[in-house]
Amino acid sequence: MKELNDNQIGAVKDLIFRMADDELILGHRNSEWTALGPILEEDIAFSSMAQDKLGQAHAMYQILHKLGEADPDTIAFTRDEKDFKCCHLVEFPIGEYDFSLMRHFLFDSAEALRFEMLMGSSYDDLANVAKKFKGEIKYHIMHADTWLVQLGNANEISKARMQSSLNECFPLALGIFEPSDFEETLIKDNIFPGEKRLQEEWLKFISPVITSAGLILPDINNCEPAFGGRKGYHTEYLKPLLDEMTEVYDIDPGAEW
Amino acid sequence: MYGGGYIFEETKNGHSEKDDEKKLEQFEAKIAAGEKIEPSEWMPAEYRKQLIRMIEQHAHSEIIGALPEGTWITRAPGFRRKLALMAKVQDEVGHAQLLYSAAETLGKPREEMINDLITGKSKYSNVFNYPAKTWADTAVIAWLIDAGAIINQVANSKGSYGPYCRALERICLEESFHLKYGHDNVVFLATGTPKQREMVQEALIRWWPPIMHFFGPSDKISVHTETLMRWKVKMASNDDMRQKFLDMYVPKIWDLGLTIPDPKLKKNEETGKWDYTEPDWDEFKRVINGDGPCNKERLAVRRRAEEKGEWVRNALQRPTEKYTIPLA
Repeated sequence: MKELNDNQIGAVKDLIFRMADDELILGHRNSEWTALGPILEEDIAFSSMAQDKLGQAHAMYQILHKLGEADPDTIAFTRDEKDFKCCHLVEFPIGEYDFSLMRHFLFDSAEALRFEMLMGSSYDDLANVAKKFKGEIKYHIMHADTWLVQLGNANEISKARMQSSLNECFPLALGIFEPSDFEETLIKDNIFPGEKRLQEEWLKFISPVITSAGLILPDINNCEPAFGGRKGYHTEYLKPLLDEMTEVYDIDPGAEW
Repeated sequence: MYGGGYIFEETKNGHSEKDDEKKLEQFEAKIAAGEKIEPSEWMPAEYRKQLIRMIEQHAHSEIIGALPEGTWITRAPGFRRKLALMAKVQDEVGHAQLLYSAAETLGKPREEMINDLITGKSKYSNVFNYPAKTWADTAVIAWLIDAGAIINQVANSKGSYGPYCRALERICLEESFHLKYGHDNVVFLATGTPKQREMVQEALIRWWPPIMHFFGPSDKISVHTETLMRWKVKMASNDDMRQKFLDMYVPKIWDLGLTIPDPKLKKNEETGKWDYTEPDWDEFKRVINGDGPCNKERLAVRRRAEEKGEWVRNALQRPTEKYTIPLA
């Protein structure tokens, strides 16, 4: 499908804004590990993943640009907080390494599955970028799984840290799947199988890794998913992040940098 | 990046008394013939010591050097600059990894080197004790400090110790991209809006003294390094490298219409060398000994990163050992 009707355009834009904003904000967060990681190799790994995320956000914003939105820099660097559609999980500060690693595991697992689903999207532009990103995110998943299993099994301190990060991140991660107003169109027109389906696949995907890491998945029925981000209601952390991100850009908005 | 202004200790008669004269002769002949020394070969204790010191200082400079630029990743204006700066600083951390590995071949573990860094025992390039106050500072650093580093490192890559030379060859390839990135960034600012121009001019004024310090004390006052030159540990004199830098970059800076804050700076027609105001070497010594604008902050950040990461490193140490209840 190359041409979209108005209803489909609204649905696709909403979906892409959610994905691209997640990528941008998490890429920004992961880049904060540069030169501060627990070992040099992890500095380098988090930077690579951050660069991939930014590249993905950029490609997604390009699709939006084709659909009539502003150029990627303007979208990323000039919108108000309320116009962002990222989930709360990506907004939190990097915290300790266990938090960042757990977030990376939970988010990237969902993202890998999302790309896999989008590879079969009826909307060609999405299917094409999804194919490309699926190849990149494979390595992010390998990275997350390796570390999770290692730290979950290493010693009491690392195990306790990973479990407590999982407890903290899990309700936030459920916010990734906040239903969209366009679910019906997305599903009916084969653009995307929907957030509910993605969440089910995600739970099946992460559970064995969590078990291998010797950790226990919190009971989903006792978790309040952190919804709101997709509708423009954000945590207290997003505004300061955006202020920092646009600090130089705003010095001279007419300038080319 | 970065590996200028090494501080060497004075060598004791060129080698330790314990060194076997015959082995020393062979070692020196090999170096004179342009061959490389490899980790398993015999080498004078003094050679090993000075090399560890130099490579370690270089590695530290890479990770500390990642801090002033790294703080601007989150503020870089636009996707293009943000991605480029991330990749650049990541390269610098990668250089540290390569260099620590090269130094480890001489017998000092990475952990010990990092400990010596955070306790202040081991030095790093002085330039990183100065702050990157604005976005334009990162542009000037990426262009001119990396340019200085390339001059220094290309010279050192022709040295005598195999693992260090090979690491430097790889590093220089990446540095040449950093230099292009930095130059492009400076060009955009220098030819941009009045505000951008002002930013880059101010950054150049701030960074000129550290740039002049970068290659280390003037030959007139630096310690005698004849033996180190003969052993191809040190490959060019500080003043020669500074002259080379001025030759290559002053015209480029002037081309952009920027002012270098040294009224004496000009090429001397008779000597063919650059005349300049002698940098303040007292300040250089003061800063290298811990009393610069950012020394405490840089080490504190590094120390905090080490402390926060300790549990992760511990968790890597015994990956397979698990406590099991004895059967009987």
